[in-house]
Amino acid sequence: MTGDNLYRDFILEHYREPHNRGVLEPHDLHFADSNPTCGDEMSMTLRLDEARERVADIAFDGRGCAISQASASILTDDLRGLTLGELRELDPAEVVANLGVPIGPARLKCALLVYKVLQGAVRGAAVGWPEEADVLAGGNAGGSAP
Amino acid sequence: MAVGQVGAPLLDGAALRADFPVFERPTASGRPLAYLDSAASSQKPRAVIEALADAYGHHYANVHRGIYELSVDADSRYEAARTAVARFIGASSPREVVFVRNATEALNLVAASWGGANLGPGDLVLSTEMEHHANLVPWQQVARGTGAGLEYVAITDDGRLDLHDLRARLARGPKLLALAHVSNSLGTINPVAEITRMAHEAGALVVLDAAQSVPHMPVDVTALGVDFAALSGHKMLGPSGIGALWGRRELLDAMPPFLTGGSMITRVTLEGAEWNEVPWKFEAGTPAIAEAMGLAAAIDYLQSIGMDRVRAHERFLFERAWASLEDMPGVRLLGPASPDEHAGVIGFVVDGIHPHDVATILDSEGIAVRAGHHCAQPVMLRYDLPATTRASFYVYNDLDDVERLVDGIRTTQQVFGTA
Repeated sequence: MTGDNLYRDFILEHYREPHNRGVLEPHDLHFADSNPTCGDEMSMTLRLDEARERVADIAFDGRGCAISQASASILTDDLRGLTLGELRELDPAEVVANLGVPIGPARLKCALLVYKVLQGAVRGAAVGWPEEADVLAGGNAGGSAP
Repeated sequence: MAVGQVGAPLLDGAALRADFPVFERPTASGRPLAYLDSAASSQKPRAVIEALADAYGHHYANVHRGIYELSVDADSRYEAARTAVARFIGASSPREVVFVRNATEALNLVAASWGGANLGPGDLVLSTEMEHHANLVPWQQVARGTGAGLEYVAITDDGRLDLHDLRARLARGPKLLALAHVSNSLGTINPVAEITRMAHEAGALVVLDAAQSVPHMPVDVTALGVDFAALSGHKMLGPSGIGALWGRRELLDAMPPFLTGGSMITRVTLEGAEWNEVPWKFEAGTPAIAEAMGLAAAIDYLQSIGMDRVRAHERFLFERAWASLEDMPGVRLLGPASPDEHAGVIGFVVDGIHPHDVATILDSEGIAVRAGHHCAQPVMLRYDLPATTRASFYVYNDLDDVERLVDGIRTTQQVFGTA
């Protein structure tokens, strides 16, 4: 049963009490985007280190489903200390795999909204959704091109 | 189909499901499919699927221009489908029925053709806050293109059209009012005959989005008094890719073509062209021939049940579902509570749980519902909701589906620990 597998306790815990939620003030990077399927919106703020190279702090905000919120909570936990170049190279398939629950095509955009917002923040402009087939096949070499 | 006793639904949903091959399909849950998404698109009975295969297998050629037997056969069946649609919606003539792809295209046709020819700066068009994007965006586009104004009639907290607001806006002399017969997101049945009288007194034409009403209740465009009506075949057991625009003959006659090309002309020179008569003036290119025949089969199927009984069946399911859901803690229902004003479409939200998560957990129980903004983002905005979950009924649903829906929502609340 998809539902039972998907809504494991740790997903629900991240949904109820998401990590890194809020808005960083001041911040160096900011971006907001939405999931057209449901209209959920997510924003992200990042603070960089003095060299403006690595993520010093990161936060996301907005409302959404358990999958989008848990995905954002889990991903943002892993990004402090990474360089902007490393963020650009992030593999969307890995973002989905890191969730640790089976994500089908119906919920893929929910899981990837945080990735899309992050890429927008890092690149300074909205990027397209990653190719569904690539992500479901378990990964491509690099990040998606804008 | 069996007629039920008192307290039982009028139709035997289980017996009717035997007519729809999709219900033979197993679901991952191991339970039979509870299909509660007919407001998005309906399932197809064997009669329609076979009519499509028969059309392609035995009656197919291009229409309107063949001199040979097969083309004449295809043409007469295509035109018979037009007559079937006209009779089904109470049109006075099949010449007033234009085949299009779907209700969206029908509404775009009216907006572009009638709007383009009749609207200009200083003119006003009215739509409503409860419209599907299909009856909103085309008017925004034509308003932008012509310089006409566009205003929206407000809706009340319980999802009804605010008739005081309508009256006030009609007093400003709009040229046209575009509204839904039944709201796809709220389920509200608008009092169209009354609204049309008000609009006509104010000098406004009425364009009716009938995509959610024609499949589910008796609809007579002549009795309603409207000027245009749009419908989609795929929502009424028919194939996708076929729909219809009905319009008053004199209005259609005076309108310029929407798409141009083959079939819609009588004479073309390098300098220009003369338009064919309606409805063919609006049917450029090869139409959805087999799909029109499939739509006629869907109409036959619905008429064999009887639209009064379809409506009574859905009303019964609505009443039972509403009664169960309105008592559930943490569940908020949208739209009017009265079954007289509410079709078999229930939009709802579950406290603390996103509609997508509700839909995923229901899916894991074999229950297909829709979650999202239902192409009605202004409605979501009006009620300050990012999205809703929506369950919608049709002839093949029964009380078992209603019970599974209610149980599934309870399960969802348990999974999320909100119950």
